[in-house]
Amino acid sequence: MNHRELQSQLAEAGYVADESLAMALYLALSLGRPLLLEGPAGVGKTEIAKALADVRGARMIRLQCYEGLDASAAIYEWNYQRQLLAIRAAGENEAADAVEERLFSEKYLLRRPLLEAISQDEPPVLLIDEIDRADEEFEAYLLEILSDFQVSVPELGTIQAKSRPMVILTANGARDLSDALRRRCLYAYISYPDRETELAILARRGPELEPRLAAQIVGVVQALRREELEKKPGVAEMLDWAAAISGLGINDLNDDPAAVQASIVCLLKTAADRDAVPGEVLQRLIGKAA
Amino acid sequence: MSAITRFPERAAGVAERVSGFIAHLRMNGMKAGPGETADALAALTRIDVLDPDQARMAFKTLIAAGAEDWRKFDDLFDAYWFNAGRQRRDARQSAHIRTQSRRPTIWQPHFGEEANGNTPAEPEASSTGLGDEATEGTEGRLLATRTDALTRRDLRELVDEDTLRRAEIIAHDLARAIRDRRSRRRKAARRGKAPDLRRIIRKSLARGGDPVDLTFKRRPDRPMRIVALADVSGSMSVYARVFLSFVKGLVGADGATEAYLFHTRLMRVTPALRDRDALRSAARLSLMAEGFGGGTDIAGSLGAFADAYAARALNKRTVVIILSDGYCTSQPRQLAAALARIRRKAGRIVWLNPLKGWRNYAPVAAGMSAALPYLDAHLPANTLEALAALEDEFAKL
Repeated sequence: MNHRELQSQLAEAGYVADESLAMALYLALSLGRPLLLEGPAGVGKTEIAKALADVRGARMIRLQCYEGLDASAAIYEWNYQRQLLAIRAAGENEAADAVEERLFSEKYLLRRPLLEAISQDEPPVLLIDEIDRADEEFEAYLLEILSDFQVSVPELGTIQAKSRPMVILTANGARDLSDALRRRCLYAYISYPDRETELAILARRGPELEPRLAAQIVGVVQALRREELEKKPGVAEMLDWAAAISGLGINDLNDDPAAVQASIVCLLKTAADRDAVPGEVLQRLIGKAA
Repeated sequence: MSAITRFPERAAGVAERVSGFIAHLRMNGMKAGPGETADALAALTRIDVLDPDQARMAFKTLIAAGAEDWRKFDDLFDAYWFNAGRQRRDARQSAHIRTQSRRPTIWQPHFGEEANGNTPAEPEASSTGLGDEATEGTEGRLLATRTDALTRRDLRELVDEDTLRRAEIIAHDLARAIRDRRSRRRKAARRGKAPDLRRIIRKSLARGGDPVDLTFKRRPDRPMRIVALADVSGSMSVYARVFLSFVKGLVGADGATEAYLFHTRLMRVTPALRDRDALRSAARLSLMAEGFGGGTDIAGSLGAFADAYAARALNKRTVVIILSDGYCTSQPRQLAAALARIRRKAGRIVWLNPLKGWRNYAPVAAGMSAALPYLDAHLPANTLEALAALEDEFAKL
């Protein structure tokens, strides 16, 4: 397999990847290294993990990071309730050693996403989403898993990965990631797609649209990204808007200015941005895009 | 090209050339070492080696470690692999970057024009005569110049080593005063005053309901970060050196502080200021300082900051310090818009204005009056004493 084949496989799964992203994925897969994706919100960083799982026919395991995420929510925890019940049930007939042995066996281990991911028989796709939201301490936990694919449980010893998961990390730039983490990962920066790519995405993921209308929609979204906005519309927003336009039965953006202006809520998600793009500006953008 | 002459006369050449490439990247500020060389060689076995574009993409994803690396990688790749003029596809001859490894490219236009001008190490030598309406014709109006006390002399009259060192020390103390804050919330901790009941009960499950493991709560440190933006344009050139020292002091006090200089463009100088080699640091800075003089585009620079760095550099626990006189060539409306964008992300915005220490100064310049609504404080900064007095002001913020 080479990166072009991977690219076309992804395209079949509904994900239009540019060549450098395909190369990054291909190398991450063939070298068995995690891949760190950065880029603005809404360019399809999370989506790529789903598409990859699709292509590989693998399970996707997702760990959503947040501030305060700790090991017991991300790696493993003992199932205390079951352990207590087991102690009660054991009574006095069993030797203390045997009980202990049993209580700290894998049966009583609650697998959280990271442990889950390395104990699959078939290699899954592990998506660690928005890693920059987690605390810096959490990155340290990740290092062991990402470089050696193993987890240390004090009571059990080290659990080795049965199969190497394909790891994808995403970050939005909320804070700087540590060098140690960056060094262990391959890196790719995804920016907003260019016109042709975005048209291809719309053709693949969006509703059935006339080529002219599709070109208009993509043109307006691309023009909006060049405006001074707080939150620039991403690919997902573009698809939402296309669906809305198609649902409203609009065949040409020039036809029904009021409806188009109302549907702009799909693209602009803050009050300031909506004020920045009043009807006249939108009409001008549509005029240019056509 | 036959298979044998792929790397002509360099049997051991692939590894050597690749490690040369890694060294070239390292010289240009990327973090790459032997590990990356090994990765790159491993990657070459997985791709079509004869296609430079594939090699480019593969090396890029392996070696780049951030958005900045990602952007500059292509140029560095061309510079190393195609510098002998062996263009494969497009005839575009890339710039030979290696010869100017450390010189930031955006300052290049200035070298052409001002190469025969002032020596870079002495920005203060570019005196008030450099097209500067702001300070011209205002002699004697300075509040501070009346007294002989060294600390109360206006900074533009007095730039010696001692002053610079004092400015740095003052900034250092100031940065510490700002930084040390505690959160109002309580967070779990091994030691502390208040017991963390929720966690104690949760942990007692493992002990059959007896609270054996005790955890506590305490108020964690929530340090304030500083982002300093210093104006080094023509109207500020008399203050620039002292302010540079001041900014250096801020940066030196804390690892999280970021510093930027601007005149018509914005330039991140944190790495240069952090350079432990004093000589090299001075050289890097003075290269940047070459851009001194000329006009000011405060709004454009602040806008560029909001675009490129704000997401990473700012949060609600950040104090943004802007050192500028507020004389700006752009529209006041734009300045207000740029400040409004920074305002949304930052905790506090403080404007240190050397003109404010002057008698009779009122912020009537259109830019400054447009900026005022967005500032938490607009403070004088024309004497060392004024700078030192900032500590009390900051404590109030």
